[in-house]
Amino acid sequence: MSVFVNKDTKVVVQGITGGTAKFHTKQMLEYGTNIVAGVTPKKGGSEVEGVPVFNTVKEAVEETGANASVIYVPAPFAADAILEAVDAELDLAICITEHIPVMDMVKVKRYMEGKKTRLVGPNCPGVITPEECKIGIMPGYIHKKGHIGVVSRSGTLTYEAVHQLSEAGYGQSTAVGIGGDPVNGTDFIDSLKAFNEDSETEAVIMIGEIGGTAEEEAAEWVKANMKKPVVGFIGGATAPPGKRMGHAGAIISGGKGTADEKIRVMNECGIQVAETPSVMGDTMIRVLEENGLKEKCKTH
Amino acid sequence: MNIHEYQGKDVLRQYGVNVPNGYVAYTVDEAVQAAEKLGTDVTVVKAQIHAGGRGKAGGVKVAKGLDEVRTYADEILGKTLVTHQTGPEGKEVKRLLIEEGCDIKKEYYVGVVLDRATSRVVMMASEEGGTEIEEVAEATPEKIFKEVIDPVVGLSGYQARRLAFNINIPDELMGKAVKFMMALYEAFVAKDCSIAEINPLVTTGDGEVLALDAKLNFDDNALFRQKDIQELRDLDEEDEKEIEASKYDLSYISLNGNIGCMVNGAGLAMSTMDIIKHYGGDPANFLDVGGGATAEKVTEAFKIILSDANVKGIFVNIFGGIMKCDVIAEGVVEATKQVGLEIPLVVRLEGTNVELGKKILEESGLNITSAGSMADGAEKIVSLVK
Repeated sequence: MSVFVNKDTKVVVQGITGGTAKFHTKQMLEYGTNIVAGVTPKKGGSEVEGVPVFNTVKEAVEETGANASVIYVPAPFAADAILEAVDAELDLAICITEHIPVMDMVKVKRYMEGKKTRLVGPNCPGVITPEECKIGIMPGYIHKKGHIGVVSRSGTLTYEAVHQLSEAGYGQSTAVGIGGDPVNGTDFIDSLKAFNEDSETEAVIMIGEIGGTAEEEAAEWVKANMKKPVVGFIGGATAPPGKRMGHAGAIISGGKGTADEKIRVMNECGIQVAETPSVMGDTMIRVLEENGLKEKCKTH
Repeated sequence: MNIHEYQGKDVLRQYGVNVPNGYVAYTVDEAVQAAEKLGTDVTVVKAQIHAGGRGKAGGVKVAKGLDEVRTYADEILGKTLVTHQTGPEGKEVKRLLIEEGCDIKKEYYVGVVLDRATSRVVMMASEEGGTEIEEVAEATPEKIFKEVIDPVVGLSGYQARRLAFNINIPDELMGKAVKFMMALYEAFVAKDCSIAEINPLVTTGDGEVLALDAKLNFDDNALFRQKDIQELRDLDEEDEKEIEASKYDLSYISLNGNIGCMVNGAGLAMSTMDIIKHYGGDPANFLDVGGGATAEKVTEAFKIILSDANVKGIFVNIFGGIMKCDVIAEGVVEATKQVGLEIPLVVRLEGTNVELGKKILEESGLNITSAGSMADGAEKIVSLVK
């Protein structure tokens, strides 16, 4: 078991003929991801890295049985690509693209209500279940199979956490990058719910950042529902208010969304928060030990 | 992206939002001419800077007659205003808005923002206009009313009416208030705003509903389809290094410290600032080179960091995913070739193509301190700079 993706996931790459998509299609194939199709309008009938390219997602699904998509389509057209994935009734659409206009995402979210597709992202590194399926742009080699669930708003901080865990000998069940935009698909709570029900996952690290109140809401959910220990980290403790820190969602405004407030609520809800990004792994190991899970989770 | 109040009012006017008449003025003479053209008994002289709190800082004056307009324009133009939003260094006033005065009956607040919790646009309104809305939210949250807007149908008439009733707009002005709100929402959506704040919205003695102030912010990600908004950008209001960085799609923010940072990914870039602080150092900037950066962009990023005279050392912290370590290494080597490097440089590389990246740096012959982890790197640069 794992969450969202596994060895049976059949992937279609939207925007596969672009430079970034080509590079990462190759990386995903080398990792062992089952990529069955690509889509680029007007490039149907061609091939990328041996993967057949179709004009539409619907056609790709009918021909190959794809059940998940990964989107590398440029920002002005990315919202439309998500809609196309939802319309084709895929189980999962992972949108890597950054800089999508927020009003586009407001419409996408409205369209998705009542539809079956789960969206991860946009502006995210993707989802990986180590040694089974890597969908996105994360460097595969840092991941090891194991029992720690990882969920994060930040791509590179996810790599940092995964790297620390793997170096210390603690593999991951699945790592989910939910993305740094203010309007996104799968959120912390959706991911925590999935990890809570996943038999492979023994503990979870959630990595947040300044801006919004998603971390606080997730912490309350953890307090009420989570059966497994959760460790946290919040980036941006020293960020000045009113400045947008790269991610559209990472801004402290009107005294809301500060790291201090998030850490306070997380602590109150029983989540131990790593003091610096370099001790995310150590904090998890300490919590595993406190919960008698250290041996069980030591994978290599 | 931010724009000036007078530009915001021009945008709103296009969508039928009722705003007072006014003209922009860059000189004292232009200010007097503008007042003559308006021909009203009372004229308001308003400093145009990208920051709130202008009134308290002496940037807004009510003039009776052209002589007073001249006096106030002369006083405000060129003055450095220090408000709670400008920082201690303040901002120099280079433009004025000369606007017709009006007979204010009552001040209200109306704002349109994105609500992250619902992934919808929300219109907020309050009877407590004129003050900081954050203060109202803190002290009397029950006085702020909200309507969550469905993007398919837009702001409905009943929602606008409900807001207007809740904030006690007089019945005879209900129609005008509703029209105002509908137009404001339309402008927000059409122009890809991230904030549209009217504080205060006023009712006047002659029965008008007017936006006395207007603060519009725009979604940077949507500027590609808002060419007319892009043209409203005032580079005088922005940090020089931030302007340079934006030419190369780099996400850069100036800070006050002395350790330059170059990082990929916003989360890691923020955390790099945090960990430098943790080890007793002070970051000079936030810089996310992004995912798809080329060696050329990395070179420019490095040059921007080096152009800051306060920078006494640089920490490059890269965890490659979509970003490849060799591209970073090439950019760093190229930048130092072009502009030289006389200050300590600590580099931590991990992720996609890490071995290739390390090799390029080793073979460059540059004096680089390499770090095994971000903690190691932060500790090293802090001690090298001290």
